[in-house]
Amino acid sequence: MPLSIAVCVKRVPDTAAEKKLDDGDKTLDRDSVESILNPVDEMAVEEALKLKEANEGEVTIVCAGPEGAAQQAIRKALSMGADKGVHLKDDSLHGSDAQGIAYALAQVLKKGEYDLILCGAESTDARTNLVPPAIAEHLNLPNLNFVKNVETSDGKVTAHRETDKGHDVLESSTPAVLGVVWGANEPRYPSFKGIMAAKQKPLETLSAADAEIDASKVGLDGSKTEVLEFGARSTERQKNVVDNKEGDAHVKLADFLQQQKFI
Amino acid sequence: MGDVWVVVDHENGETSKVTSQMLTAARGLAKEAGGDPVAVFCGQGWETAKERVSKFGAAKAIVAESEDFSNYQTAPQVEVVAKLIEERQPWGVLFASVPSGKEVATRVAARLGLGVLADATNITIEGDKPKVEHSAFGGATIVQKTLKGGPFLICVKPNAFVSEEAAAEVQEDKVETSISEDAKRVVVKERVEKEAGGRPAVDQAAIIVSGGRGLQDPKNFELIEGLADQLGAAVGASRAAVDAGWYPHAHQVGQTGKTVSPQLYIAVGISGAIQHRAGMQTSKTIIAINKDAEAPIFQLVDFGIVGDLFDVVPKLTEEIGKRKGGG
Repeated sequence: MPLSIAVCVKRVPDTAAEKKLDDGDKTLDRDSVESILNPVDEMAVEEALKLKEANEGEVTIVCAGPEGAAQQAIRKALSMGADKGVHLKDDSLHGSDAQGIAYALAQVLKKGEYDLILCGAESTDARTNLVPPAIAEHLNLPNLNFVKNVETSDGKVTAHRETDKGHDVLESSTPAVLGVVWGANEPRYPSFKGIMAAKQKPLETLSAADAEIDASKVGLDGSKTEVLEFGARSTERQKNVVDNKEGDAHVKLADFLQQQKFI
Repeated sequence: MGDVWVVVDHENGETSKVTSQMLTAARGLAKEAGGDPVAVFCGQGWETAKERVSKFGAAKAIVAESEDFSNYQTAPQVEVVAKLIEERQPWGVLFASVPSGKEVATRVAARLGLGVLADATNITIEGDKPKVEHSAFGGATIVQKTLKGGPFLICVKPNAFVSEEAAAEVQEDKVETSISEDAKRVVVKERVEKEAGGRPAVDQAAIIVSGGRGLQDPKNFELIEGLADQLGAAVGASRAAVDAGWYPHAHQVGQTGKTVSPQLYIAVGISGAIQHRAGMQTSKTIIAINKDAEAPIFQLVDFGIVGDLFDVVPKLTEEIGKRKGGG
């Protein structure tokens, strides 16, 4: 049976870039920073491509967001080898919190019949890890989060969930929602041929109405969380730096640790 | 306003540090909210957990005992906790901001149509609502958020609160649990434990000693482990060290690993690239040992040593050992 796989991806601001929150509505001013495809999402795409190669099937990339950024993210995934893209684009989504975005993506995913829905287990910008389990909840599907080594056969999926001590081996029925952990694989670089081919691959754009999204559940008004205020963290560090020329810096450090009651 | 619940983070009844920290926070919040601090326990090993939750002041405990909680991944807990919240309407519920806690919180929120805030580093009450602080953009920004409606679901970052004991007589309320078939869809087939050694987990530890590229060779992580063991610390690693295969990813501190704020963070042979700083710069005290005086890590230290780690670390480990021994 060929597999139908969806991968949800996101553009994130480049970590190295300076970021600012918009003074007006307290959302990230995403125009002010360089953005890249969320690196963990690239690993989710790679995991999907490996599953497709092992089982045959089709990989659909789903992305919500403003035109330029979302389409770049989808094209990048298509150039890696995914088959088609779905772009959810609607001004009403601006300011949605993690729960709002998860609901909106779930509405889009309902339109397709997917055996597996993959996401990066977290994004590098807002590390809340909340989206994949919330998508699973909205679709009433099982969720395997922080996983790698994903394998599937006969309507079952198995994966390794990273734990502090090693890993748990999880098994679930499909369809299922999987959050792929950082380091799950080494994402492939798009080939020149892949980049050219990506331009011809189908990319469907949906509005919130097309996806039957209830406007009261998304956007700033639909968010169940609210930013009250924000500011730069000011942490005064002692910056007591000593050179080990005399060879006794370890004694000074031990003194410091003792003063601070760590010893 | 009501009770403040703490969903106990534990393994077979052995509660984690963040559980004690959450109970401490819940006591303060409950006083203001006019309710009780309540522990919510799902799983096996309640008798073990009971001792600890009473030590940290839980007035009541809602106890759901079943092996289903460990045989199946998170979904049974979602089902039980969501049902309890719906029936009893606490003022707020605290979850551990660790992968399993966040998963449960977010599914409960989606199921009940509630909001959820993750990675809380402080919680106060303003009016009848929580004001929740958390870090954004790798710790460079502090954001204060609230939830528009209750019950308020909040995930508490390990080590954000200092736990304080306050013994209480815990009043037990054992609840019947029947787990639906839907919640049994993700089966835990096997638990594989790779690493021996009783070191704490990176995202729970009060002290972390991390090694980076400066170690030059994977076997030199022994130096980091030696210092960590002397301090009862967890071992962390930079992305460079993990990408090189020197140490497992579960130990990676940084933007693509764990975000930590321990009481003490010691960076050894780590230059302090922004990706690393994003994971540790909210640590209470930061120490760095690096041979390059220009390394960016020295911008955020409380104490730094410019020197050869191969010289400094063994001597430091020995020195700490001596002082612990009565000096």
